[in-house]
Amino acid sequence: MFVLVEMVDTVRIPPWQFDRNLNDSIAEELNKKLANKVLYSVGLCICLFDITRLEDSYVFPGDGASHTKVHFRYVVFHPFLDEILIGKIKGCSSEGVHVSLGFFDDILIPPESLQQPAKFDEVEQVWVWEYETEEGAHDLYMDTGEEIRFRVVDESFVDTSPTGPRSAEAAATSEEPPKKEAPYSLVGSIIEPGLGLLSWWTNS
Amino acid sequence: MARKDGNSVLLSNYEVFQLLTDLKEQRRESGKNKHSAGQQNLNTITYETLKYLSKTPCRHQSPEIVREFLTAMKSHKLTKAEKLQLLNHRPVTAVEIQLMVEETEERFTEEEQIEELLHTVMSVLPAEPEAEQKTDASGDVEMNEEGRA
Repeated sequence: MFVLVEMVDTVRIPPWQFDRNLNDSIAEELNKKLANKVLYSVGLCICLFDITRLEDSYVFPGDGASHTKVHFRYVVFHPFLDEILIGKIKGCSSEGVHVSLGFFDDILIPPESLQQPAKFDEVEQVWVWEYETEEGAHDLYMDTGEEIRFRVVDESFVDTSPTGPRSAEAAATSEEPPKKEAPYSLVGSIIEPGLGLLSWWTNS
Repeated sequence: MARKDGNSVLLSNYEVFQLLTDLKEQRRESGKNKHSAGQQNLNTITYETLKYLSKTPCRHQSPEIVREFLTAMKSHKLTKAEKLQLLNHRPVTAVEIQLMVEETEERFTEEEQIEELLHTVMSVLPAEPEAEQKTDASGDVEMNEEGRA
């Protein structure tokens, strides 16, 4: 689920922090910049693992702060393809089942990847697995808050950096606020035996 | 910000759990400036990730257990990703093993091999304490019956 990514960046330390240990200031700045943020094509950054190399610090004219090039390793949440994960159902909609891991929310299981046959109960807004046995069909509900085991089948990164100023015409016609897109989202599947709500597969 | 070329290293849930717990201790000891605006993101992600990881089997693991697990897994010829998933999830049924290990029908021709792998996983990696309590309770019942007889 987690990977260690090696990165390089230049860290700026303002003069009023010069009395502190350089490593600590740099660690704090890196965490301030990266923790809980999504890096495009990398994943969700969790926290700093370690600093591998510190190059010389420079002070540039006009700015009293020091600039240091840092080589470091960061813990990133980036599940590999086909990995099995366990999360909680956040809710259901016509788009599918929304799953959350607590620290990461944008996981969707589309209707075609649910255990078949599945139907969407409009009244209760919940997806149901119509499980057939000899005795008849059991309706297994996918309720909010239930733990669910799923396989990661796809991921998508969206570049959410701000775009330049749009033309005056476009700004005038678009009245609604721009849609908020998740910078990093996962697509899951529960179509195989063993996947789905944990309660469906326990031996008790 | 640039990412250096090279493969990223996989981390087990236990390693991340340990790192975050140590980080939390360190920040608690240093006391000051936890609540400054810049640190809020780190606080949030640390709290949420620890909350998630403390409900997984990695909570009861230690470096010795992980080492023992990897040694025990050598004979089964699994890929790194498969061993990592077994370590993170501690499967208790054959169905779960088949999800995490690819092509079990071809690689494990006899059912006993899957059973053996399952047994190794369950014996090396510690279980949740409530599972152990259940077996203790049944043990007490047996003793009582023997006492009366």
